[in-house]
Amino acid sequence: MMSHWIILPVLLPALLAPIIGFVMRHDLTMARIASVAGTIVLVAIAMGLTVSAAGGETQVYDLGNWPAPFGIVLVLDRLSAILVLLTMVLGLAVLIHAIATGWDARGRHFHALFQFQLMGIAGAFLTGDVFNLFVFFEVLLIASYGLMIHGGGRERMRAGLQYVVINLAGSTLFLFALGVLYSSVGTLNMADIALRLQEADPAEAGLIRVAAMLLMIVFAVKAALFPVHFWLPATYANAPAPVAALFAIMTKVGAYAIIRVHTVSFGPGLEATQDIPGTWLFPAAIITIALGALGVLGARQLLPLIAFSVVGSMGTLMIAVAALTPQATAAALYYLLHSTLAAAALFLLADLVLSRRDGQALSPRPAMAQTGLLAALFFGAAIAMTGMPPLSGFLGKLLVLDALRMPGQITWAWSAILIGSLVTIVGFARAGSMIFWKTTPTDAPDESAPETEVAEPRRLTVAELAPTMAILAILGGMSIFAGPVMSFAEDATAQIYDRDGYIAAVLGQQEEG
Amino acid sequence: MTDSSNFLVIIALLPFLGALLPGVMIRAGRTACAWFTAFPTALALLLLLVLAPAVMRGETIHAEIEWLPQLGLTASFMLDGLSLLFAGMILGIGLLITLYARFYLSGNDPMGVFFTYLLLFQGAMLGIVLSDNILLLLIFWELTSLSSFLLIGFWSHLPEGRQGARMALAVTGAGGLAMIGGMLILGDIAGSYKISEILQAGDAIRASDWYIPALILILLGAFTKSAQFPFHFWLPHAMAAPTPVSAYLHSATMVKAGVFLMARMWPALAGTDAWFYIVATTGLVTMVIGALIALFKDDLKALLAFSTVSHLGLLTMLLGIGTPFAAVVAVFHIINHLTFKAALFMTAGIIDHETGTRDINRLGGLRRLMPVTFVIGTIAALSMAGIPLFNGFLSKEMMLDAAHDTTWAGNPLIVAVLATVGALLSVAYSLRFIWHVFFGPVRDDYPSKPHDPPFGMWAGPAFLATLVVVIGIVPAAIVGPLVAVAGGAVIGDAEMPYYSLKIWHGVNAALFMSIIAVVGGLVFLALHGGLNRIWNALPRPEAKAIFDWIVAQVAALSRRVTEASHNGSISRYLAILIVASVALGAVAFGGSGLATPSREMLPVSLPVLAGWLMLIVATGSIVVMHHHRFRALVLIGIIGLMISFGFVFLSAPDLALTQISVETVTIMLLLLALHFMPKSTPRESSGLLKLRDGVIAIAAGGGVGALAYAFMLRDVDTISGYHLENSYTGGGGTNVVNVILVDFRGYDTYGEIIVLGIAGFVIYALMDTLLNGPAARRLRNTDYAQNRSRDRHPLMMVVATRVMMPIAVMVGVYIFLRGHNQPGGGFVAGLVISIALLMQYMASGFAWTQNRQRVEYHALIGIGALVAGLTGAAAWLYNSPFLTSLYGYVELPPIEEFGIGTAFLFDLGVFMTVLGAVMLMLYSLSRIARYAGEPINVDPMDYDPKQAIVDEKGEV
Repeated sequence: MMSHWIILPVLLPALLAPIIGFVMRHDLTMARIASVAGTIVLVAIAMGLTVSAAGGETQVYDLGNWPAPFGIVLVLDRLSAILVLLTMVLGLAVLIHAIATGWDARGRHFHALFQFQLMGIAGAFLTGDVFNLFVFFEVLLIASYGLMIHGGGRERMRAGLQYVVINLAGSTLFLFALGVLYSSVGTLNMADIALRLQEADPAEAGLIRVAAMLLMIVFAVKAALFPVHFWLPATYANAPAPVAALFAIMTKVGAYAIIRVHTVSFGPGLEATQDIPGTWLFPAAIITIALGALGVLGARQLLPLIAFSVVGSMGTLMIAVAALTPQATAAALYYLLHSTLAAAALFLLADLVLSRRDGQALSPRPAMAQTGLLAALFFGAAIAMTGMPPLSGFLGKLLVLDALRMPGQITWAWSAILIGSLVTIVGFARAGSMIFWKTTPTDAPDESAPETEVAEPRRLTVAELAPTMAILAILGGMSIFAGPVMSFAEDATAQIYDRDGYIAAVLGQQEEG
Repeated sequence: MTDSSNFLVIIALLPFLGALLPGVMIRAGRTACAWFTAFPTALALLLLLVLAPAVMRGETIHAEIEWLPQLGLTASFMLDGLSLLFAGMILGIGLLITLYARFYLSGNDPMGVFFTYLLLFQGAMLGIVLSDNILLLLIFWELTSLSSFLLIGFWSHLPEGRQGARMALAVTGAGGLAMIGGMLILGDIAGSYKISEILQAGDAIRASDWYIPALILILLGAFTKSAQFPFHFWLPHAMAAPTPVSAYLHSATMVKAGVFLMARMWPALAGTDAWFYIVATTGLVTMVIGALIALFKDDLKALLAFSTVSHLGLLTMLLGIGTPFAAVVAVFHIINHLTFKAALFMTAGIIDHETGTRDINRLGGLRRLMPVTFVIGTIAALSMAGIPLFNGFLSKEMMLDAAHDTTWAGNPLIVAVLATVGALLSVAYSLRFIWHVFFGPVRDDYPSKPHDPPFGMWAGPAFLATLVVVIGIVPAAIVGPLVAVAGGAVIGDAEMPYYSLKIWHGVNAALFMSIIAVVGGLVFLALHGGLNRIWNALPRPEAKAIFDWIVAQVAALSRRVTEASHNGSISRYLAILIVASVALGAVAFGGSGLATPSREMLPVSLPVLAGWLMLIVATGSIVVMHHHRFRALVLIGIIGLMISFGFVFLSAPDLALTQISVETVTIMLLLLALHFMPKSTPRESSGLLKLRDGVIAIAAGGGVGALAYAFMLRDVDTISGYHLENSYTGGGGTNVVNVILVDFRGYDTYGEIIVLGIAGFVIYALMDTLLNGPAARRLRNTDYAQNRSRDRHPLMMVVATRVMMPIAVMVGVYIFLRGHNQPGGGFVAGLVISIALLMQYMASGFAWTQNRQRVEYHALIGIGALVAGLTGAAAWLYNSPFLTSLYGYVELPPIEEFGIGTAFLFDLGVFMTVLGAVMLMLYSLSRIARYAGEPINVDPMDYDPKQAIVDEKGEV
């Protein structure tokens, strides 16, 4: 019995978004209610799916009732389930933040685009078909572009153009890669690709290698890996902060795609393509860490600083991904969950800080209202991002380091991660001390100026603070319950490394159908 | 777990739980706040005392909670002699500091925050000494760095506080990160992260190839934390913290963490040459340098800070010597240093608090004004100097004894001499502390009038001074058992050395060294004025300046690298992306690995050649003329058309149809958009840049061409055979392309129409934002001095488009209906109808057409996407997956029998979404037009002949 639940993370927002965009487009309140309600339902569905996937069975949903590989399949395993859950939880937090701070009212169609965005991300995580992955890359690209330029402004439009142009170039490359792949294996289903590649003659696998490499570059563009990461800092720094927080999951789509495609389809143990991630991804990830750390230390403004810390965290994540061993992938998965939430918390918090500060430059300003609370939250989020205890970043870092002990890896990977951490810590300490500690005295009242009522700054509402706090609480929880989380990650990893199991689950129904 | 284990866990957790209290209790007043800070500390201390007897009997208490078994990380705690000693110190001094801080902090200082930080720090410190797992220890280690950052920067309005905090974090954080590496290696060698197991594996560890890297990385952590040369420089700057913090961090806790770690790891790591030469040498150098600098510091806290550096060096040296005797001496000195140094810091704080200055040059003569403080300070300082009857003397004697027995690189004297020099300097600065502060004439220029502080403030140091004396006189009775059990824990399985804690050891070398030190110290004190002038004249490296310079340079370099590499140039980013793709693609291909071609080349016919030539010429022309937007657009149109012909030639009528209609719609929309842009694009690239881009473009195009060529020559077994077979039987259509679109891969199509719908929404939202912002003003004020047609809505065009309209709509409907079996379908039909409508807009203007338009574009998109989605979901009703199609045959006279299926409905959704998206784009363009001052016409054409006739009649 096929469970229709699998498609709901895609279908529900896909149905809700047009309704919000069409019926509710003149009434923001209605749109807000629908959007929040829809996202809550999505969180619930994602939880259900995660519980269901935790049983260990790879669940397959044949769209249109066509058997794989001829139709498109959705595949639910632990990995896709937990990522969908992460997306929806993050989405809910970001959505509440955007509503509480009024970001959603600064332009049109925020909620419709937001739902489409959730749909795109969920679709990318759930699909078992590489062309369908392309389609969902398109969905999430166009929706994210809309969200990115939400609210407008010169710098944002400029950065948005950069974002969409680079990513469209990536999409074009994706199509080329798929063309090459289809013309060399004749199928688009991930499991079927794996099956056919097992029979392929390594001596004649030139085109397959090209396809695998091009696909990796495409995913690396999404994952913001050197040398194709250049779009990220400006995009994240100029996007509306809640959108940047949501984008924290977008880079993970790239990381996920590499994990998925390079385990299931190209897989370790496949002679033709197995060296590609280790040879090329690994050094790229090292450089990415370095660039991220330098960017953090050299940042003049708060949002670019956070954006570069995201670059650095992607480097750390991808070092672990590049190793393509079960232990490293499990560590990567833990770190992925952590770094997504940490980046989101920082962006949400930065939004609150900037809402009561004159500009985002890292130079002294008069003390802001509620400094203590915001400083404490910033401290927590920065701890998470830089990988300090007690939040989950530290454990994530330890897990990644522990997984990279091979002779060729240890020196480079450990040096990069540890030195990168130090530089990032120094960068965040400088920024935090500048924002919260080094304040200029409030301007003395100008006698000659006409007297104006100085409005007491509005206190932050619970709804504004709750999303950031909730995310930090989750990070704390991931630290305390690191054992169970890591067990899940290990099970998920074991499942994706069980290629035969995956192939059997997806293609097994062929005979029945 | 046993009760003791539970107690142990509770002790470790109490400060963290307690940290929640002060922030809340401050609302009940400062005293209440202090009480509620003291409460968790006192409770933990009480529980520790409950456990103490067992530990003193030689037992070790363990507690373990699973945490992250995959990593080997367990929340395991242990309490042995060493842990007991440190935990007692941390909690005991913590209590005294709480009391002291209650009186020290001013009303302006946020005391709740202070005590919260203090308890967090206390918890972190306690965690370090109680950990039975090195990864857990690492966690607490980093927590001390973080919480000390907060404590040192507590007075964040002072630049010294901020800088000192950051420096401490950077230095100790760096050490902590190095230690992460060291601990992970150590755990790997030992096969366990449990300290109790690592300590058993000392021989294996020392024999491992990885011993040296692990040792160096771990020692980096210990040395930075314990301020060993050359990492000592952060400690004096941490003095910017309020004095209670200094007293706590630099006597009992933070800086002792490094010493604790070396003591803890002593059985596993010590005993090798590497250990001796690294640790003992560093300690010795630090001891002398720290003491030397301390002698010339005028700030009381700076003097004490460097004396702390010196004494930490002493402890490090003792541990580094590697003999059990030296290790036990270290333990004894830890206790003694704690008592006198904490008392001295508090004394310095009292003096600062009461006189308003810590500058020795402005003090003196306080003996009579502050008698209580004088007594306490003098006792503690004499102990620091190592004068008999005070506890500092005892451990110093033993230290000198140990140093005397140590040979360094074959030289038996050097350690002893340097140790004596250190002791001598120690005497000098200690006596200077007493002499220059308390003795001498009473001055009349103290910043405020000095008097003894309230009892609460001197109670703590007085207690410690009492300990100094009592331990100094009857050491064995008071701390003998503790030293034995803690020392035993440090040296592990090694045999307990002979030592005795007593004042008189007889006439031995250490006694002579001690006498030299005291006499020399007195001489130095007498000569201090002159020495000071020499010292100040000497060039000395200023550590803070160097550190700041390094950080500033690295930050500036980072900024340069970042800003130069991320300069926002899209063309550069694209160039990098493309070069990387081409290069890596070529590398991946590796020059071989192709199957033999299985297809013949097709002959080139004349039409194909002509089309190919047009394609080449048009593409080449774009390269030349792309600055002229309009021409470029025309050329793009030609290219699109040629591609469509290519599809026709290659027997792909569906693709050709789609390509032509997409091309038409796109070109029309772009034409409309061109109106608002300058006629030509700016020339930005230099010749070299053009050359670079040209080369990249040719390489990329060549690469793609080569790939296409490679796979077009080869057959591959694909899944499309199945699609061809099942298109009619399973999908109910004979046009397999359409069946793939709406059935086999309907989910892709669903995604793609949503992309289109989103694009419509995005463009609408974007336009809305733009037109409500500054861009709208620019639009209004731009003078479009282009030659506008006098007849913008020409009669001929209006009439022609009206006539075309029904035909075009019929074509659209036809294409839509035949789609399932013949080339066509919802996507193309949507575009065709869009073209029909677009023509009306072009002919008669937007406003006129808009008034005759009853369906909203948002509605079209919304309903279209909903129809497609719901059609797919309808499959659930008969328990099939999303997008499963159903079809049947309907006979509807007079039309011949035709098939109808759910795919039809799905295609309808596609149709509507496409139409809606295109029209929404058009709508957005027309909004710009209105902002730009385009007149709104109410008539279908500018000159209406019918109207003219009416007018004529009217005139008649």
